[in-house]
Amino acid sequence: MIRFIPRERTPVWLTVAVSVGAGLAALLLTAIPLALSGAPVLGAFVLMAKGALGDGFALAETLTRATPLIFTGLAAAVAFRAKLWNIGAEGQLYAGALATVALGAGLIEAPAYVLVPLVLIGAALAGAALLLVPVLFKTRFGADEVVVTLLMNFIVLLFVQMMLEGPMKDEMAMGWPQSAPVLDEATLPKLITGLRLHWGLVIAVISALLLHVFITRTVWGFRIRAVGENARAARYAGLPVGKAMALVGLLSGGLAGLAGASEVAGLKGYLTADLSPGFGYAGIVVATLANLSPLGVIPSAIFVAGVFVGADSMSRAIGVSNYLADLVVALALLSVLVGGLLTRFRIVLVRREAV
Amino acid sequence: MLWSALDILTQANFWAATIRIATPLIFGVLGALLCERAGVLNLGIEGIFVAGAMSGWLAVYLGLPLWGGVLVAAGTGALFGLLHGILTVPLGLSQHVTGIGVTLLATSVAYFGYRVAFPNVATPPRIEAFPPLDLPVLGDLPFIGPILAQQTAFTVLAFACVGILALILARTPLGLALRAVGDNPEAVEAQGLSVVGLRIGAVMAGSALMALGGAFLTLSAFNAFYFGMINGRGWVCIALTVFASWRPGKALLGALLFGALDAYQLRLQTITGGAVPSQIFLMLPYVFSIAALVLVARRADYPRALMKPYFKGQR
Amino acid sequence: MHPDPRPLVLSLSGITKRFGPLTANDHIDLDVRAGEIVALLGENGAGKTTLMSILFGHYVADEGVVHIAGPDGQLSALPGGSAEAALAAGIGMVHQHFALAENLTGFENIVLGTQSLWTLGLRRGAARAKLERLITESGLATDLDVPVARLSVGEQQRIEILKALYRDVRVLILDEPTAVLTPQEADGLAATVRTLAAKGLAVIFISHKLHEVLALCERVVVLRGGAKVADQPTLGASRASLAELMVGRPIPARERPPANPGAPVLVLRGVSVGAPDQRDRLQGADLEVRAGEIVGIAGVSGNGQGALAQLVAGLASPRAGEALIAGLRASRADPAGRIAAGIGRIPEDRHRDGTIGALTVAENYVLETIAAPENQRAGLIRRDDIRRRAARAIADYDVRCPGPDAAVRALSGGNMQKVVLARVLERAPRLVLAHQPTRGLDIGATTDVHRRLIAARDRGAAVLLISEDLDELFALSDRIAVVHAGHLSAAMDTAGLDIRTVGLMMAGHAAEEAA
Repeated sequence: MIRFIPRERTPVWLTVAVSVGAGLAALLLTAIPLALSGAPVLGAFVLMAKGALGDGFALAETLTRATPLIFTGLAAAVAFRAKLWNIGAEGQLYAGALATVALGAGLIEAPAYVLVPLVLIGAALAGAALLLVPVLFKTRFGADEVVVTLLMNFIVLLFVQMMLEGPMKDEMAMGWPQSAPVLDEATLPKLITGLRLHWGLVIAVISALLLHVFITRTVWGFRIRAVGENARAARYAGLPVGKAMALVGLLSGGLAGLAGASEVAGLKGYLTADLSPGFGYAGIVVATLANLSPLGVIPSAIFVAGVFVGADSMSRAIGVSNYLADLVVALALLSVLVGGLLTRFRIVLVRREAV
Repeated sequence: MLWSALDILTQANFWAATIRIATPLIFGVLGALLCERAGVLNLGIEGIFVAGAMSGWLAVYLGLPLWGGVLVAAGTGALFGLLHGILTVPLGLSQHVTGIGVTLLATSVAYFGYRVAFPNVATPPRIEAFPPLDLPVLGDLPFIGPILAQQTAFTVLAFACVGILALILARTPLGLALRAVGDNPEAVEAQGLSVVGLRIGAVMAGSALMALGGAFLTLSAFNAFYFGMINGRGWVCIALTVFASWRPGKALLGALLFGALDAYQLRLQTITGGAVPSQIFLMLPYVFSIAALVLVARRADYPRALMKPYFKGQR
Repeated sequence: MHPDPRPLVLSLSGITKRFGPLTANDHIDLDVRAGEIVALLGENGAGKTTLMSILFGHYVADEGVVHIAGPDGQLSALPGGSAEAALAAGIGMVHQHFALAENLTGFENIVLGTQSLWTLGLRRGAARAKLERLITESGLATDLDVPVARLSVGEQQRIEILKALYRDVRVLILDEPTAVLTPQEADGLAATVRTLAAKGLAVIFISHKLHEVLALCERVVVLRGGAKVADQPTLGASRASLAELMVGRPIPARERPPANPGAPVLVLRGVSVGAPDQRDRLQGADLEVRAGEIVGIAGVSGNGQGALAQLVAGLASPRAGEALIAGLRASRADPAGRIAAGIGRIPEDRHRDGTIGALTVAENYVLETIAAPENQRAGLIRRDDIRRRAARAIADYDVRCPGPDAAVRALSGGNMQKVVLARVLERAPRLVLAHQPTRGLDIGATTDVHRRLIAARDRGAAVLLISEDLDELFALSDRIAVVHAGHLSAAMDTAGLDIRTVGLMMAGHAAEEAA
């Protein structure tokens, strides 16, 4: 029988190996439904890899898709570190997108060096404000934030639809429920002309670096880690638990809001109700695959983005449903959870033990 | 207009819709409370609803009788419950994240499976759903009769499950063990019962109930499977479980209250005639769920061992 | 020695259990006869828990066999690793932390698992009749029909013993059963145990209270370092000889220089903490602790010492009255403010409140002072400075760990407590709150904690010691106050104070009638 012996320290290579292994395990497991569906398994995987990384265009597309996932992945990572179960990044993303349109689609006219930061700050604040509601409900009333953030996703999406059919509706869009486009001055420039890749990626990577420094090196980062690992002891030691939680809420919601700004101002140019195909939920997978490390979020977001982009491309080529990508991502999440046991415990096989 | 808003309450149609909307939630809340009474939070519920809806419907579409579809749905739910149970009980993984993972997995399996079965369909294929009840005597009663005549045998099953689960929890040795394992697993182990067995069993049975909630939608309320048809119903059930203080009777009450609110907003939408955006009405059920949760959260008597993994011999 | 005529009910032979390089049980033999009360003595880590876990099926022994007598008296081997088999063979255990579901009634806890899970109804009649008989025979009267959460600790323990008796146990293991009881309640328990033994029950009594062992048990088995070092009648043994057997070396008598108290540091005047309907609350308490003295608070857990500790630690505020703590008017809950005022706090539960297991030793060391200038500059943590100072503290306080970067989670209880002590005492606090500072520690670590508390006192700190261990209180305190049902007695000089008096006061008798 198997015994779990807690580890004193986990080597970094092991954490990385577990994440990589989980990704591979997920792909392997997906071969089963793929084979059952009658598709050529190996061929499908080759097509997926080509579609995600095959050439410059594919790679750029993968990085474009990774951009919002880095933001939502960071949002989940910082929240989960503090055991604030924010499952509402999807809603916070839309809140950020709404703020982007509200500020950047003509309300304010200013040069780009003013308007772009303004739009980003506005989006971050909108996302942060949205998450403060469940954080307050949690700290004041003890209401479980999981359910509240989940349900708020639906409310926000309905609100977006309402705005797109009402005050924010673009009259030039021939009846489509979409917002007016953001001004050129509010747009995040493309990184390379001719590709969809935009400055949002740079901002996302810088956010990851800053968050890493913040969590590992600053006093407030220390407090957040302490509160997340043992809130009772943190309170006993006189740490400001409530403030730390509120700060986590602001950071997490703000990062998710930036994902919305980046998608609207960097990629789409306007807001529709189908802006996000579940980036908020995928962020949870990204963060978990990264073992909640802000730096790890970058490769892990690229992996998840690659799976989606590759699956789309494969789906177009041989007609296998691109829901396969969701399958890979879900399996990757569960695999990395199981693999996480290896990082926390030494697993030892012993002679028959108590059953 | 105020008069017509009140008049809604006197329509048999409204009450029939209330029960119809409440039925899947009854299954969902019963399932969630069974898992949580044993100490396991099951956020796989949303995905299990989807998987139950899809598998039950597909089974009937492929030729099984309706009740066969119900069984297939329950089995599918139990399977995902087994997965959630193994990951969270003996392995002790985070119940939050595992539950989200199970939801993602169950949803994508259902969607992928549906697309494999029907690669290119414009309109979703249909089945012959559960017929309305044809009751002697009761069906002829004024007011009650028309309400009952719009329900199906599947709804009767939901109401029966409330009574059965209440009886099991309150009166049987099994119920005693389930309540104990959610309060103090050591007490259960010290008496020679298996904590892992009880918890996994409860999660499997609870997940089967959740899947029935999904199957009701495709086998009774509608006759086809649509993407996005669950639309947060599972999460609502998790909120209602707290509202119901983990009691089957109150679960029924909470689900009916929610059903009434949802049915009411649908009718209110038509009589306001577009003066208020429809989305405002559609938000109400979610707002109601959050409000219910916030109102009772402080006083809520959570099972003491909820979300606390238990490892044998670790005191 | 003439042979004992009573039949053997339990026989362990050559039990060996290894965990990696550690031998937790080394060829242990143990025979227990019907009607016998055997004490099992040993320090933490001596192997008592492992041995009992093997007996109870939680572990499987690497070597050796357990034989248990069947109803016919025939000895047969007990299959290892099965709690069900142990229960069925008539072995019952009452753990120190009760294994009771608090949302069930006593009756429900007792019948839990005794009827097939797949029967439709609970059969109450027969169970009721059997319980009534057991209660009359043993004298374990208690209310069986209220949720266990509403019962006192003593009543819960009675439910635990009834649980075992209901299963017709022939061997009953009691693990530190008196740790949570007043001396008088402990006497009641001893009487019950004698009654049960007289009816033929074999009892294994695990304790570290040597006087109880000597008074109650007829034979004592001592474990040390995983091996059995003594198996002898208690007749002729003394506390000193048993203590020496447990530790393996003579214990030097503790010496404590007389106190030299100065100005009051902690002053409570008519202080109430906690709602009136709360179990662990304080009502109108008066107390003074002066610089350079140790004041002990005796009482059964849950009588108000928790509320007192919370007040001093800054987790609670007074509902009424005035509290001056280290010069600070404590009118609100403010842990950070209490720390800043110079109060060092050693919490009751070092796992839950004292340390953060996932963080390193160094990080736990600076947990309370992370915002201080020596630990941060402009919001950035001075990691190297912190690690250097933590390394020094590790050496000073003799914390056995791989280094400042080791996770506290991996430390033993004693070493974890040393990290807490280093954090608290390093800053030369004016007032030290020590709440159950040695619970669960072995004798070595306990001695160390005691030495440091006395050193803090001699340095001029006021020390408030809250403990359930009367021996500890009498050994350390200059004065002792007793708390019962929220009421705090006046502090009495330890010199000349009778331990029985304190025991009676813990049970609610007033000082005059107790004395």
